Amino acid sequence: MRLKLTLTQKRSMLGLLFIAPWLIGFIFLFAGPLAQSISFSFNKLTVSPGGYELQNVGWSNFTDALFVDANFNRILTESILGMIVDVPLILFFSLFSAVLLNQKFRGRGIARAIFFLPVILASGAVAAAESSGLINLVGNAEVAEQLGQASSQFNIRSMVMILFEAGFPISFIDYIVEAVMRIYEIISNSGVQILIFLAALQSVPGSMYEVAKIEGATAYETFWKVTFPMVSPLILTNIIYTIIDSFSDSPVTKMIYETAFKTQNFGLSAAMAWLYTIIVSILLLVMGYIVSRKTFYHN
Amino acid sequence: MQPIWNPADAAAHNRINRVKNKTLNGLWSICRFLLIIGIMFIIVYPILMKFSVAFKAKEDIYNPTIYMIPVHFTLDNFKLALDLLDYWPLLLNTMTYVVITMVLTTMSTALAGYGFARFKFPGSNLLFGLVVLTILIPMSTLMVPMYLHFRNFDVLGLVHLFTGKDGVNLLNSFWPSVITSATGTGLKAGLFIYIFRQFFRGLPKEIEEAALIDGAGGIKTFFTIMLPNALPPLITVTLFSFVWQYNDTFYTSLFMSDSALMPLKIASFPADAGQYLSALAGLGASGKMDPNYVALVVDTGILLAILPLIVLYLFVQRHFVESVERTGVVG
Repeated sequence: MRLKLTLTQKRSMLGLLFIAPWLIGFIFLFAGPLAQSISFSFNKLTVSPGGYELQNVGWSNFTDALFVDANFNRILTESILGMIVDVPLILFFSLFSAVLLNQKFRGRGIARAIFFLPVILASGAVAAAESSGLINLVGNAEVAEQLGQASSQFNIRSMVMILFEAGFPISFIDYIVEAVMRIYEIISNSGVQILIFLAALQSVPGSMYEVAKIEGATAYETFWKVTFPMVSPLILTNIIYTIIDSFSDSPVTKMIYETAFKTQNFGLSAAMAWLYTIIVSILLLVMGYIVSRKTFYHN
Repeated sequence: MQPIWNPADAAAHNRINRVKNKTLNGLWSICRFLLIIGIMFIIVYPILMKFSVAFKAKEDIYNPTIYMIPVHFTLDNFKLALDLLDYWPLLLNTMTYVVITMVLTTMSTALAGYGFARFKFPGSNLLFGLVVLTILIPMSTLMVPMYLHFRNFDVLGLVHLFTGKDGVNLLNSFWPSVITSATGTGLKAGLFIYIFRQFFRGLPKEIEEAALIDGAGGIKTFFTIMLPNALPPLITVTLFSFVWQYNDTFYTSLFMSDSALMPLKIASFPADAGQYLSALAGLGASGKMDPNYVALVVDTGILLAILPLIVLYLFVQRHFVESVERTGVVG
């Protein structure tokens, strides 16, 4: 007997057919491993030739990661703090550049091409090769790091003095100086964010700017009353993208990798990964909540 | 007394205003020009340095009067780096790998994006929520299970059933990446599905209805009508997928740690170059070559690794920017 389907049923079958490859992948290569990863984090895992064996150890992997391991706590807090410091800087820089690149001037095409070059060249491999090249050169990782910073530095003392004289609080000066010193890092991490903001700026209807001009708004007012509210929904997108993007070369990821494949402690590594995931999700939720309350939605 | 409106005064006022506006505009253009040049310089400077270093001869290393342009031009660095990296076979292998994964990723994510954009089926919203989840979960969480999975690859125990073995070891082959990208779970695939979905949602429904009335089935409609219309997201996704695959060290070092792939080779290149050059100079394994010279060769190697991307970028950069703008990620 032939199965009789209504049009809606046919459509939904077709829809399932379209997403079938992804669905299969999701079940076998995402949901499955995710569940396994949870179970690994509560077990001691030993690899055997034909697979692996599990031995339940309760919460001890988590307590090991948090209280016994000498470095995990430090690296985790450092990288989360770094993330919190970086996000506003990248956001500010990318919005600024997008506004800049959206104006009409000669050579805009070339300027855009160069601004997006870091998207192409953001390679973990090259960064690794460069830093290990430096380590080779000076024979010490600490010194190499300082040298790497020094090479991108100009004389910042004058800037600190000016800011201090102007009466800014020390913590703010620290933040700014830090930002200036890592300008290359910030620029090279904001390529995609500039693209997203630029696309948002292009979708602002030109009539709005005309109205603002007729009403006598200055450029400054136009930015805060028209441009900023119109691109504000994308701020959340960019925050999320920035955070996700920082996973790939985060020192925590590296540590999780090394715990698993150098010291063969798979259970501990899974526990670390979950702690990281949970903290980042909390961060994302909090940021999402705060930002979405302040966002202006045009539609 | 009321001020009398004087045409001459008003004209003067207008003139002053115009001059003021002009100077302000001029000042702003100068500021903008300086800013843009400055930022561009920061971005381009490391690449220029690499070019400068790559053509530098050994004699120029300790010459402090040289800035950027070397006195003794040489191609020896290139020869050494090409040799050491085994460059052309390496590039070919990497390109094959990257193109295969790129094509598969684009196909699977386009299908899924279209499915989520245009079809309502039970749980479609929940499933799309899960797509977003795949974007948000850090990949390190799935690392160990994925590794073990591909070490003894066995779907539903089929291999065990037929051969009695405990699954196939797929590590150090293209298969793990082929499988993950064909099923839309590879590198940043969730993001690509999201991009496709946003775009397909923005296309007018009438196109498909016309095709349906003319007798095309759902699958035919997709391939002949929807896909040719989806050029902007197709370009965006192929480009990003290509670049990210080419640069990726995470999946490659996890699944293919012994394969000849560009990101892996480059990451370990400084150590290799150091050893090889000392051996070449007859210093033995423990001997230390002049580290500045090793750095010269390493920088040349890095330049060789990013050169294909730069050349590619020169050709496609216009599409790169335009297609993201037209993709409707924003909408």
